[in-house]
Amino acid sequence: MSTLRALARAQALATGRAQPVATVRHLHLADRPLVLVPLTLAGEANAPLAALVGAAPQEARLLVVPQPRNRDQRFAFAAELASVVLSWIDEHRGPTEAVPVDRGRDVRHRYLDAPQLVVPNPAGVTFLRLFGRSTRFRRTDGEYPVHPSVPLLGQWLTFFAERAEHPGSAATVALTEALTLHWATGQSVVEDLHLPALLGWLDPPAGLDGAQAAARAEDPSVCPPAGPATDPEFDNTLLAPAMAAYDAAGDDPHAREAAYAELARLLRGQLAPTWELVWRGLSLLRALPAGERVAGRWSGDRDAFTGYCEHVDAGGGPQPRRDGAVAAAQRLHRLERALTSYAVQRAYDDPLVMAEYRLTGEAFVGEVTLADPHRIDDSGKRPVLRPRIQVVTTEPVLVPVGATLTSPTRPGQKARVVFVTPTAGAKTEVVLELSGGMGRGRTAAPGTVPEVGERLCYTTLGDTFLPAPAFPATEETPWTHGGPPAPREPFDADLAAHPR
Amino acid sequence: MRSTEQRLAGIRGGVPPRRHNARTIAALTGNPGCTRRAVLDSAGVDKTRLAERIGFPARFGQSRFAITRGNAFEAQLKADGGTELLRLVAERLGVPVPESASWTDLGDGADDTRHDLAARQQRSRDRLLAAVPSPEADTAALFDHPLLGLDVAGQRVHLEPDLVAARLAGRWHVVEIKSFPVIDGQADPAKVAAAAIQSAVYVLALRDLLTAAGHDPGLVGTDVVLVCPRDFGNQPVASLVDVRKQLLVLRRQLDRMARIDTLLAGVPEDFTADPQADPATLTAALTRVDARYAPECLATCELAYFCRHETRGQTGALGRPVREALGGVATAAEALALAAGERAPEPEQAEAAALLRAAAQLRADALSGHPG
Repeated sequence: MSTLRALARAQALATGRAQPVATVRHLHLADRPLVLVPLTLAGEANAPLAALVGAAPQEARLLVVPQPRNRDQRFAFAAELASVVLSWIDEHRGPTEAVPVDRGRDVRHRYLDAPQLVVPNPAGVTFLRLFGRSTRFRRTDGEYPVHPSVPLLGQWLTFFAERAEHPGSAATVALTEALTLHWATGQSVVEDLHLPALLGWLDPPAGLDGAQAAARAEDPSVCPPAGPATDPEFDNTLLAPAMAAYDAAGDDPHAREAAYAELARLLRGQLAPTWELVWRGLSLLRALPAGERVAGRWSGDRDAFTGYCEHVDAGGGPQPRRDGAVAAAQRLHRLERALTSYAVQRAYDDPLVMAEYRLTGEAFVGEVTLADPHRIDDSGKRPVLRPRIQVVTTEPVLVPVGATLTSPTRPGQKARVVFVTPTAGAKTEVVLELSGGMGRGRTAAPGTVPEVGERLCYTTLGDTFLPAPAFPATEETPWTHGGPPAPREPFDADLAAHPR
Repeated sequence: MRSTEQRLAGIRGGVPPRRHNARTIAALTGNPGCTRRAVLDSAGVDKTRLAERIGFPARFGQSRFAITRGNAFEAQLKADGGTELLRLVAERLGVPVPESASWTDLGDGADDTRHDLAARQQRSRDRLLAAVPSPEADTAALFDHPLLGLDVAGQRVHLEPDLVAARLAGRWHVVEIKSFPVIDGQADPAKVAAAAIQSAVYVLALRDLLTAAGHDPGLVGTDVVLVCPRDFGNQPVASLVDVRKQLLVLRRQLDRMARIDTLLAGVPEDFTADPQADPATLTAALTRVDARYAPECLATCELAYFCRHETRGQTGALGRPVREALGGVATAAEALALAAGERAPEPEQAEAAALLRAAAQLRADALSGHPG
């Protein structure tokens, strides 16, 4: 927790309203995101109980599993969910654009659009991961066949669960995380995981302050939990009798229909408040202007989507249960690179995020007092353009001489620290030598070198590309890492484990 | 001057102390610095009732679906004299699977009176001690529902664990059956952690039993066998959980509670948490005993909602990292006043105040659209 964010929490507590910790929106929002609010049955291993799903507030579709312990009903739910999710995914497979690769020697194509899946909280992402795991290895023939759409749904849900781990990706949004990225509440991180309480701070009903609204939202009889876990009280007093009535109805079609309608009514009652909250949360986010680098990160999501579409089209199999050693190392590298780049991009896009780095001395803002835009360094083999500027700042400067800095307004230009001189009046003079981003000639293109009087931010944060180390091929996994992995079983071996 | 026992009885009111189980003992190890909790737990106060009485009910309900599933899974494993369980445990421990094992259910005829409890505990004790692993007695033996005892705050507490003690390969092993799934070799870390600390309570109780009878406590293994459903089905899978660390934590907290006199010295003489008392009296009494609320308490302590309400406005209630990031300043109002420069910092707050002022300035600049 940075001091700036902690201060925002203290302010939220004092004012009774959530306080902004971002000035721009740091994630892409799709026009038609698919919102999924799942519920699971307590005690079971991620057995779906019900879900509301849809791509617009008025398009909520209720899916119900009257007896979640029954495997046929579970996979019927999966098939129904697949019909919604897969057709929605296909909606995004429209026009493509050409992207140059290999330094312009080749092109590849990617979709102009990509699907965005929204769940209420991180536990919702866990639901996606586990439901993806329980469906993607199912067979469509043999002893316990499932509908052909079920394993495909499993692959896509796993795709979304994996994107959720990727820093900066907006393909999968856990709404509580997206909201706390932009606002601080007057409660703890643990309490922020509860979507109704979080929205209580963000947008309290008339006459209540954030704390009162959050306290009210914590009472499950007033505000059902945002799932996937249900309220135990609801389970014991309402759900269990309704489920028993459904079971007791047996083959009597009328009784069965009535019992089903009652179950659906109860479950809708538990899901609908969360559904409303998710859309309200999304509209709060939508009101913020998008950060400059959001579109660039979204194109990464479009790349991933295009790539997975190609994998599926080519008949590619499901994601493995666990990564092998090489795949795990590659994934880790990818995630680390994305994490660094995401942090840097957010700071570049948002002065309020950059302020966190200014407070810790990793960035400073100052005024240019001297500039020598024509300076040529001729100490090397050939003379090169190396302008120098002097920046005066009142902020602490903790960067060492020789460090390379960049400015968010000139990301392509490097600034090497030459001198750092504290002066009277608690000011610091920093002399920087610039390279790059000034055109090709021996004189800098106009406007590329900061002018005297300009106010600039310089930071040690740089979005430089981190090249991947050379990973061995999978079949050459060294013995230190277990050797080449055994070929994986294509289908689930635990089919026999579903006697019910 | 009253004895400790009398004082604790006074705190509790005219009811017998609330019985501990492994879950409540495990919960004691969370937030060990909280005096309020240590005193209430030592006295055996019914905190659930207390919290309801003062208007801050705890929310620790359990779904009947979860209970049904747990019972069904356990029954499935224990069917046929625990043959399946024995195989799983032996394979996980890496010892040859015995052809047969004796099965003793020590929970038979459970009748919930205090007298019977003592008799049952005596029976558990005798049977377990008679079966202490030795070169003569090294055949496999399983004991279901042993009734164990543990000293908590100077009181003998009976534990009735849902556990199987397995004598296998010359040692006792604690076997715990849980119904949360292990999917592709991974389980919910929070649930595993809770199971580990509960199992540690049983290991400790078993070791105490052996020590008291002059045996080597090392005969009880510190690797607990956790049996859970595998993936999304009902097939069981066994895993080993090393509980040495949990044992240390538990031992430390129990020792601390054993020194309850020291804790009571700081508690007002007339302090009461008797749920029969008037709610206003109770609230007033509770505020006189120090608590150390942290948001993590919400998951473990029945009184957490009360403590949270009490600490409103304090930075610690927002989480320890928030308090630290605010330079350890106690209340939000104080932090904001220091940040605004409206309040002169105490000498030891000088550094924190400078940081807060700089932060407030940066925040205000960025929000007003002037990047510096």
